[in-house]
Amino acid sequence: MSLITGRIHSTESFGTVDGPGIRFVVFLQGCPLRCKYCHNPDTWAYNGGKEMTAEQLLDEYNGCREFYKDGGITVTGGEPLLQIDFVTELFELAKSRGIHTCLDTSGITFNDSNKDRFDRLIKSTDLILLDLKHIDSALHKELTAHGNENILAFARYLADNNIPMWIRHVVVPGLTDDEEQHYKLGRFIGTLRSVKALDVLPYHDMGVPKYEALGIDYPLKGTEPATKELALKTKQAIMRGIKDVRAGR
Amino acid sequence: MSCFAEEWKNFVPGKWSDNINVRDFIQCNYTLYTGDESFLADATEATKKLWAQVMELSEKERAAGGVLDMDTKVVSTITSHGAGYLDKELEQIVGFQTDKPFKRSLQPFGGIRMAQAACHENGYEVDEEVTKIFTEYRKTHNQGVFDAYSPEMKLARKSAIITGLPDAYGRGRIIGDYRRVALYGVDRLIEDKQQQLATAPVRMTAKNIQLREELSDQIKALHELKKLGAIYGCDISKPAKNAKEAIQWLYFGYLAAVKEQNGAAMSLGRTSTFIDIYIQRDLELGIITEEQAQEYIDHFIMKLRLVKFARTPEYNELFSGDPTWVTESIGGVNIDGKPLVTKTSFRYLHTLDNLGPAPEPNLTVLWSVNLPQKFKEYCAKMSIRTSSIQYENDDLMRVIHGDDYAIACCVSSMRVGKEMQFFGARANLAKCLLYAINGGVDERLKIQVAPKYRAVEGDYLDYDDVMEKYDQMMSWLAELYVNTLNVIHYMHDKYSYERLQMALHDREVKRYFATGIAGLSVVADSLSAIKYAKVKCIRDEDGIVVDYEVEGDFPKYGNNDDRVDSIAVDIVEKFMEKIKRHHTYRDSVPTMSILTITSNVVYGKKTGNTPDGRKIGVPLAPGANPMYGRDTHGAAASLSSVAKLPFKHAQDGISNTFSIVPNALGKDGLSMIEELDFDLNMTEEELKKAAADVQ
Repeated sequence: MSLITGRIHSTESFGTVDGPGIRFVVFLQGCPLRCKYCHNPDTWAYNGGKEMTAEQLLDEYNGCREFYKDGGITVTGGEPLLQIDFVTELFELAKSRGIHTCLDTSGITFNDSNKDRFDRLIKSTDLILLDLKHIDSALHKELTAHGNENILAFARYLADNNIPMWIRHVVVPGLTDDEEQHYKLGRFIGTLRSVKALDVLPYHDMGVPKYEALGIDYPLKGTEPATKELALKTKQAIMRGIKDVRAGR
Repeated sequence: MSCFAEEWKNFVPGKWSDNINVRDFIQCNYTLYTGDESFLADATEATKKLWAQVMELSEKERAAGGVLDMDTKVVSTITSHGAGYLDKELEQIVGFQTDKPFKRSLQPFGGIRMAQAACHENGYEVDEEVTKIFTEYRKTHNQGVFDAYSPEMKLARKSAIITGLPDAYGRGRIIGDYRRVALYGVDRLIEDKQQQLATAPVRMTAKNIQLREELSDQIKALHELKKLGAIYGCDISKPAKNAKEAIQWLYFGYLAAVKEQNGAAMSLGRTSTFIDIYIQRDLELGIITEEQAQEYIDHFIMKLRLVKFARTPEYNELFSGDPTWVTESIGGVNIDGKPLVTKTSFRYLHTLDNLGPAPEPNLTVLWSVNLPQKFKEYCAKMSIRTSSIQYENDDLMRVIHGDDYAIACCVSSMRVGKEMQFFGARANLAKCLLYAINGGVDERLKIQVAPKYRAVEGDYLDYDDVMEKYDQMMSWLAELYVNTLNVIHYMHDKYSYERLQMALHDREVKRYFATGIAGLSVVADSLSAIKYAKVKCIRDEDGIVVDYEVEGDFPKYGNNDDRVDSIAVDIVEKFMEKIKRHHTYRDSVPTMSILTITSNVVYGKKTGNTPDGRKIGVPLAPGANPMYGRDTHGAAASLSSVAKLPFKHAQDGISNTFSIVPNALGKDGLSMIEELDFDLNMTEEELKKAAADVQ
């Protein structure tokens, strides 16, 4: 067994919003994106967290395994694929023990040169939660400090390999609430055959205290949390896009 | 002996029709329901009107400072008051503790001073004649206890190392089998008790004399119970013949109990599936509709919500409000694995919709993995909507108590009509640790309370040294605690015997001696800090350790970390072992609970700074909960720590108070693509073309 360690920000033993069932959620440290609405700025730094092996994490999982009968393990972050080798090892070990594996990623680290590592990773990944933040690359860059080319290519790659995915999209009033863009996003999603679910997340400001604690300016100061209505409207626009593209319109 | 009563028509006979055996009646006759809640009926106009009246009276009561009316002259007994109503024409189920709703009764048998204080603090005064009678002629439970207490017991009480003792008020926690009144009628129960007396031993030892006297008292109470029925125009000497009567007869049994006893917890038992058998029969005969069935239940629950006692502000502070603990146990599974869920299990929970959410009655679901899925979903739905349901682990308790037990108060399990308990409040183990460190000197009062054992020396606490001292101090505390409770229960039986509730028990009852502990998580974390970090003592001018400095980090209880969880488990086992060593009153079986639900706040005020870094005045965690904010790995890890505590050493129950925002239980906004009406039958080619179009 290898002794590679991952940088772990924290673990949550009762995750109910990151994949099906009750899940053991591992937050990995480090993220290249700077999404304006990020509510986990404490996971950005590459060098924080504590080092743990896959075995140690699964020991922790095991301590609460009764809860995870319909769930499993979810790895999120930060951007977990900065530590793709570690995630791969963790998932391979988990799969060897019959544990459902789920990866919550932005896909930002994907490119042609490191495809072989992804080829190995997806063999032990049961579900991907893919965060599509904006369909327009320029606006994506404004929102997150990076364009979306890698991300869309990653989505396409997952679809080609028939890896089940749930698409997530955060709607922020005044920032990502353009219906036209949502429709376009829907048209893109509609072409991904392995998409199983769509989850529109209304923006919330519960991350503000973390920014204060870290002494970072909060980029969305004054932005109101998204309403349920806005989330619903967004979902409908995306759905329309999916539907149209699938109907050949 | 007996014939099959005509009121039992259509019931399947069994052992129950020859002997008093409610469990057998249920098993022979109940109808399992595995469907969903769609059959439930809304509140009727009558229910809405009555409830509006209750809300108005509640508002008036609040405006009056918490008490609307008090009886200061008539001592409450089963038959002390005339009939009282909200609206006689509308009420399907009748009966109040006094002659009108919201009027609190006068119950001096537990202690006249407590009764006086309860009145006085609320702006009333107990009648002079009554005060004289209960001071000069009729001794109370409270007087008896203090006549026998040792100086050490009084001191331990004062310093609050033993707290919440039922020595000045009713001990409660006894559940009469109120269902017997409905199933058999009071005459049959009297006959049975007479038989028990006739066959009771006549070798006059103190034990046998006590039994004979108690059986006679029980028979008298049953006669009075019949009169209570008559006051409301009901003849309850015979079995109930339909659902409405069954609920009413059962309620009269309970009402008689709360007219006689102002107990700390006056729980109802396990009635819903029993009642369901009657409702089911009436529905099948076409005598009633679902609307009527729900109306009976709504009106019954309404009455239970209006049970009120005269209590002092201190009492209310201790319990964060004015709880009556009318606990009703719902669901569970029988010993063959078949769920005991019926439509009336749903109807009881549905009152939270029809009457709105409320803490009383304390609706408690006996949870098993084998409950019907639809019932589980309904419970979850109602919990999310009302936060008013308590859950208990049936799979754990059924092994010990079978399938006809109920919960008294919040966690104490007992077979209905066959087992009872002597409620014992709790010993503060966090304070006990401080006594171990300071050689028995109280850290707040600065007086010697426990024996003068050697205090710790030096600047830093040493784990082995502290553990040795703590072990000794726990031995002292356990002995004193058990002996204090022996005094209390001897006197309660003598001066405030629960004759009506015990009349609804078998003659040979199993008695539990229910001790309890507070401060478990503080103790576990403190010992963990001493073991895994460094804890420095801060002393006052007299050398008493009054504060601690923790250097470094340490594992905290509530994170599924065995290093500290094992300490908590060890303390529970140790203290229970120590309790067991001592003589307990009436051959009762010692048990222990880890359960403070609200009193942990007051206990925190009375417990000095602790080695885990907790400051004086900060509440202890409730029950077996981790300390607030120290469980940092999420709910499953926190619950797993609690689940390690051994039930066999804490058989009176382990509580864990858990709140969660509904959103954290999962989401319902997620759209699964398969559920949508999309055309998923695109060919590979069409898909590629579409993909090319959009990118």
